[in-house]
Amino acid sequence: MQLRLTRRGAARAVPCGWCVRATAALLCAGIPALAGVLPEDSVDVMYHRYQGGGITVQGPSILVQKRLGDHFAINAQYYQDMISSASIDVMLSASPYKETRTQKSAGAEYLHGKTTYSAGFINSKEPDYIADTSYYSLSQDMFGDLTTVTLSYSRGWDQVFRDIKVNGQIINDPTFHQRADHRVYGLSVSQILSRNLIGTLNYQFSTDEGYLASPYRLIRYVDPNNPVGYSLATQVYPNTRTMDAASVSLKYYLSYRAALTGKYRFFTDSWGIVAHTLQVDYVQPVWRHWTLDSNIRYYTQGAASFYSDLFPYANYSNYMARDRELAEFHSITLGAEASYAFTIPHLTWIQKSSATLSFDRMMIHYLDYRNALYSKYDPGVFKAGEEPLYTLNANIIQAYVSIWY
Amino acid sequence: MRTSYRIRTMAVAAALLVAASACSPIEPWVKPYEREHLADPIMALDRSPISSSYIDHVFETREGARGATGGVGGGCGCN
Amino acid sequence: MRNRIVALAAILLLALPAWAGAAGDVQAPGFTLQSVDGKTVTLGQYKGDVVMINFWASWCGPCRQEMPLLDDIYKQYKDMGFVLLGVNVEPDASNANRWLKKTPVSYPILYDPKSAVSQLYQVQAMPTTVIIDRQGVVRYVHNGYLPGDENQYMNSIRSLIVQ
Repeated sequence: MQLRLTRRGAARAVPCGWCVRATAALLCAGIPALAGVLPEDSVDVMYHRYQGGGITVQGPSILVQKRLGDHFAINAQYYQDMISSASIDVMLSASPYKETRTQKSAGAEYLHGKTTYSAGFINSKEPDYIADTSYYSLSQDMFGDLTTVTLSYSRGWDQVFRDIKVNGQIINDPTFHQRADHRVYGLSVSQILSRNLIGTLNYQFSTDEGYLASPYRLIRYVDPNNPVGYSLATQVYPNTRTMDAASVSLKYYLSYRAALTGKYRFFTDSWGIVAHTLQVDYVQPVWRHWTLDSNIRYYTQGAASFYSDLFPYANYSNYMARDRELAEFHSITLGAEASYAFTIPHLTWIQKSSATLSFDRMMIHYLDYRNALYSKYDPGVFKAGEEPLYTLNANIIQAYVSIWY
Repeated sequence: MRTSYRIRTMAVAAALLVAASACSPIEPWVKPYEREHLADPIMALDRSPISSSYIDHVFETREGARGATGGVGGGCGCN
Repeated sequence: MRNRIVALAAILLLALPAWAGAAGDVQAPGFTLQSVDGKTVTLGQYKGDVVMINFWASWCGPCRQEMPLLDDIYKQYKDMGFVLLGVNVEPDASNANRWLKKTPVSYPILYDPKSAVSQLYQVQAMPTTVIIDRQGVVRYVHNGYLPGDENQYMNSIRSLIVQ
């Protein structure tokens, strides 16, 4: 039996297995969106598509929300990523691949007076990564319903596998089974500041423990014996990570009926990454049925302390990574969205419905991550460490229909 | 800062907020009947959970930073 | 372990139920407002009747949900010396008028665009329902609306109508 390790390489597409844990925190932040009121009964059906840097990820997302009585509501979501990846990381040391990740979640909310309790569970599965997350949150309205304080906690259990090709079949390497644990603690305060202005402060603290790397990604180090000028080696990550994120946002109602939002987030972690996010959003209903939204997001990140595009020699330090997610870069994302509200005359059980199309263009400029394919394919022309810095442009499309019943 | 210290700080901060609102001599400056703009759907902190969770997810797979993206509050304050 | 106790204490503190005030033996403050029909309406003209005042707005979901049920209550008791006044609290009446066209009610609707009456009655929630007896004393104040509350209104009205 011949064991050939199929190195899926870096950039395991959006979303890659080892990045899946983020989803939990997002979903529980997204669902209870209004203070002291249960969500309305609704169904959203979405097609999403990310395309950029040689990766295409597309699929459906379906969210159902239903009230049961006056104090209780449930929600369920089905989400899929169909990934086709030929990113530069994959092309450097592996071959293009296709795979599907499926995520299912269910949650409930209980409203009692001014307090909302919610809890839920998320399961994400792909051939080499399984992530289970449970989340809980408690939200309290106070001070004349002007202030809402929310405490949240989520716990994730990941199982990391590694795919190998055996006799033409892709299976999990039986010798590789790792685990990663995640805990996220959040405190959020929203405050109505005036009839037209609401502010939010958010703080989140998280810890990761276990196998936090990707089993496929490689680092490169200078190697004069190699015609391309470098050799590849497995990367080594710390097995713990603690992260702090704090954000502030303001949303203002403009008298002609529009809303302007400004948000800033600061992030830092024990890997040495410091990141700033700034976002401005403008939404305006126009004509009778349309709502238009435009937004701009600026993100800047400093590299992790153990990151390098090209290490000077093998075994340079205890921890070494070449994942571009940990590199130094800045990015700008421009987004536009149009939503059309309509009624369906013969179906009286539908209260209202809308169709939305959203487009985002994300442009990332890496400051210390180079496109190593240049030296791979043209070693004479491009020396290792002197290849052009990588730039990633991606198009993100969301098309969805929402029905309130 | 250690994990336990952070958790305790967050719990104490939340408890202080509750205590402050219960004993506060300050009157709420936006009355329940003055919330028509805040109740407008365009002023919701998260207008579409299915969309915001997706786009947050796209960013988190490309970037090192994560978290502190949510918001709960505002709205009509009815009941 | 200590952290868990502290965290639990914080959560329990947060989960304290809201404290709601109760109405005492208070004379209902008088007011004068314009009605949807263009008439001038004063509270004083209903002295001797059981008066129910419902503060509402078109942007308030529970208010809209409650109004058809209030209309039923009005129709049931209006010939027994009972009147229901719907006070709309919106500075701009156009949204309220649009909604009333779609969902009309038969009881008088008054405009309070400057929130004068809302302030007078110290409205603490949307909607708020105040029931005043035949002597002009505030006997019942209800904050908010949940399905089933209309039964509480009817119980209150029935006990006051016979006085």
